[in-house]
Amino acid sequence: MATIFPPEQEQIIELDVRTDEMLVSMGPQHPSTHGVLRLVLRTDGEVVSEVTPHLGYLHRCAEKIGENVTPIQFIPYTDRMDYLAGMNMNLGYSLAVEKLCGLTDKIPEKAQVIRVLVCELNRIASHLVGIGAYGLDLGTFSPFLYAFREREMILDLFEEVCGARLTYSYVTIGGVHDDLPEGWVERCSKFLDWFEPRLEEYHTLLTRNSIFIKRTAGIGVLPKDMAIAYGCTGPMLRGSLNREKGDPPWDLRKIEPYCGYDQYEFEVPLPPFAETPVEAVIGDAWHRFYVRMKEMEQSARIVRQALRKYETAKGSHRIEPPRHLPPGEAYVETECPRGQMGFYVVGRPTKESVPLRVRARSSSFCNLSVTHEICRGCLIADVPAIVGSIDIVMGEVDR
Amino acid sequence: MGGAEIIAILVEKFGPRIQQTKPDAIDPYVVVDAGDLVDVCRFLRDDPRLQFDMLNCITGVDYCEPDPAKAPKAGFEPHLEVVYHLSSFVKRHRFVVKVLLPRWKDNVPGQLPEVPTVTSIWPAANWHERETYDLVGVYFVGHPDLRRILLAEDWEGHPLRKDYVFPLEYHGIRGR
Amino acid sequence: MGLLEGRFEKGGVVITTLEQAINWARQASVWPMTFGLACCAIEMMATGASRYDIDRFGAGAFRATPRQADLMIVAGTVNFKMASRVRRLYNQMPDPKFVIAMGACTSGGGPYYKYGYNVVKGVDLIVPVDVYVAGCPPRPEALLEGLMRVQDKIRAMHDLTKRQPLDYLVPTRSGYVQLPPEVETLQKANEYCRRRKELSTPAKV
Repeated sequence: MATIFPPEQEQIIELDVRTDEMLVSMGPQHPSTHGVLRLVLRTDGEVVSEVTPHLGYLHRCAEKIGENVTPIQFIPYTDRMDYLAGMNMNLGYSLAVEKLCGLTDKIPEKAQVIRVLVCELNRIASHLVGIGAYGLDLGTFSPFLYAFREREMILDLFEEVCGARLTYSYVTIGGVHDDLPEGWVERCSKFLDWFEPRLEEYHTLLTRNSIFIKRTAGIGVLPKDMAIAYGCTGPMLRGSLNREKGDPPWDLRKIEPYCGYDQYEFEVPLPPFAETPVEAVIGDAWHRFYVRMKEMEQSARIVRQALRKYETAKGSHRIEPPRHLPPGEAYVETECPRGQMGFYVVGRPTKESVPLRVRARSSSFCNLSVTHEICRGCLIADVPAIVGSIDIVMGEVDR
Repeated sequence: MGGAEIIAILVEKFGPRIQQTKPDAIDPYVVVDAGDLVDVCRFLRDDPRLQFDMLNCITGVDYCEPDPAKAPKAGFEPHLEVVYHLSSFVKRHRFVVKVLLPRWKDNVPGQLPEVPTVTSIWPAANWHERETYDLVGVYFVGHPDLRRILLAEDWEGHPLRKDYVFPLEYHGIRGR
Repeated sequence: MGLLEGRFEKGGVVITTLEQAINWARQASVWPMTFGLACCAIEMMATGASRYDIDRFGAGAFRATPRQADLMIVAGTVNFKMASRVRRLYNQMPDPKFVIAMGACTSGGGPYYKYGYNVVKGVDLIVPVDVYVAGCPPRPEALLEGLMRVQDKIRAMHDLTKRQPLDYLVPTRSGYVQLPPEVETLQKANEYCRRRKELSTPAKV
């Protein structure tokens, strides 16, 4: 308390901190919004009362392009949607067109095995970027460097297969574009021998790091019902499920197997985990992160099985797709690293080579739509931690 | 549960309000009138046999052939479709609901056709409907916050309409 | 005799102009802005990460704010909604500033040229561009090469003396591509392409 007026007009001014609501615009250029997401935060001091995501800073008209070019020509554009998991996106669109053309059962076994092989490797690469960049958001730099070291090895394998580092266009309609080169299987299994012990390093760097646990455990809690109502999928949903309460392992590779995933042995990691720190609750940012870590183990397991299967797989790597799309419509969802990626293809009634409509149901788009619910009431410093745990790719959100 | 059984349940419940059924399509679907959409969707979510608790996708499809020479042979009348892809977390089945609309309300170009919103049933519909409004041009009646989501606020036109003309410039930046 | 006595014998002095010294220091500490837009941003991150390590060329300090940065790497497609932001970020950077247009989209629209109603057909319609790096997305080596060309440009500057910069640039460092043995000559390369095409032919249904 301080009196600054003369005594005759005495007035007491309390030097208290009065706070007002303030709108803070975070992004589109912000180091921790994973690209060009813009969040408008309504804050009272440090506490965020409302988050409004603004999208569209990377809208690249993919759906308009899809209805003007043939399906084979559209494959490269699917790469550029989710640029961290190009193979999985190629696969989703190829499966949709194959379903429309009635080719689903005719894909040779060898093509299926190669598809599983590259998709799972790409899932590992994508999750590596996911956790590396997540560490970067929370202020630790070294996991990023280690994650990129392993990712470069996977990219080397992909480069041998198709010549590209990021935008592969390798999985196409009717199979895959090329057979695997000589000696690739050995190099791949050599990589797995290197990679699997490295996972333990990441656990030491992040999972058991007490600062990391303090930053992530218990924030951004997403209840299961809300996740389902908002259409969240992938690690986002699985981090909110509870195995002990009888929730199904909601992974399309298990419940709606495509590409022969039913012939592989793998588990879908669901909470509660043995390693869970005491602060963490099911559905928080830590669980979403840990589901990704566990999925990498399972993916490595699937790759090992696929490598064995490839030795004996029969058939060609690809069959000739029909030149014209039949009339009708097909919707296919696949399990991408970020969730269920759906492609909806409508053929023209006149049997042309160009589809009438292509729609991409993006998993990050749905996962992001829950941000305003899970960020309510958190601190500003927690917003990057929550948004980073969603692991969005803006190319996929905006398409 | 297969598509045919779901259609049977819906026809039993709603009768003639289900305008069209297609159990033999690749993804079986029903067509309902825009006025009945909310009732049908609520039934699909709440019925214990169906339990469609997840809305996967909302798509607007513009059936139109802008070239007048090809239009008679296109194989369809000009119209819009709004397609709802549903799936069930508990029952693990999928289904498709469609709404057919005229391209323009009352055939006045510029008047967007109207569909009631399903945001109250599935919150996931919020952003999907905004996107459909933005790109295809369908007005969702009762939507809490129907703004453009991907394109800029002052954008003109709805790009996924087949007769959309690409802009030559936007705020002084040439577009061609 | 005084100060210069015995100072030159051991080779410890370099005589240069102040301008060259400043340019030399400047080109060895180009600070880029953390500004990732799309797919190319991942390659930009890879360039900054362990294997390619852009820090070897003095450009590893990615700044989070444009006010501390000298170099804007426009990594990814710019669309109309983003265009005004890119221009504002460019205006916020202090002089001298440089822009690398990374990838096909920023160089001229790339794959989105024809049907991309919302895509800016080249970032040079918004901000002046110094170096274009081709590729979709460019490999990290290509980005490093682009950075070296920016460094050449810095070395040729005449900021202090207000003279015109050199109209030709002298590349000091550059890489070259060593071809693998199976595509060394044109004949071998043709044969290789033919064989690859045969191998990738799909089977009939």
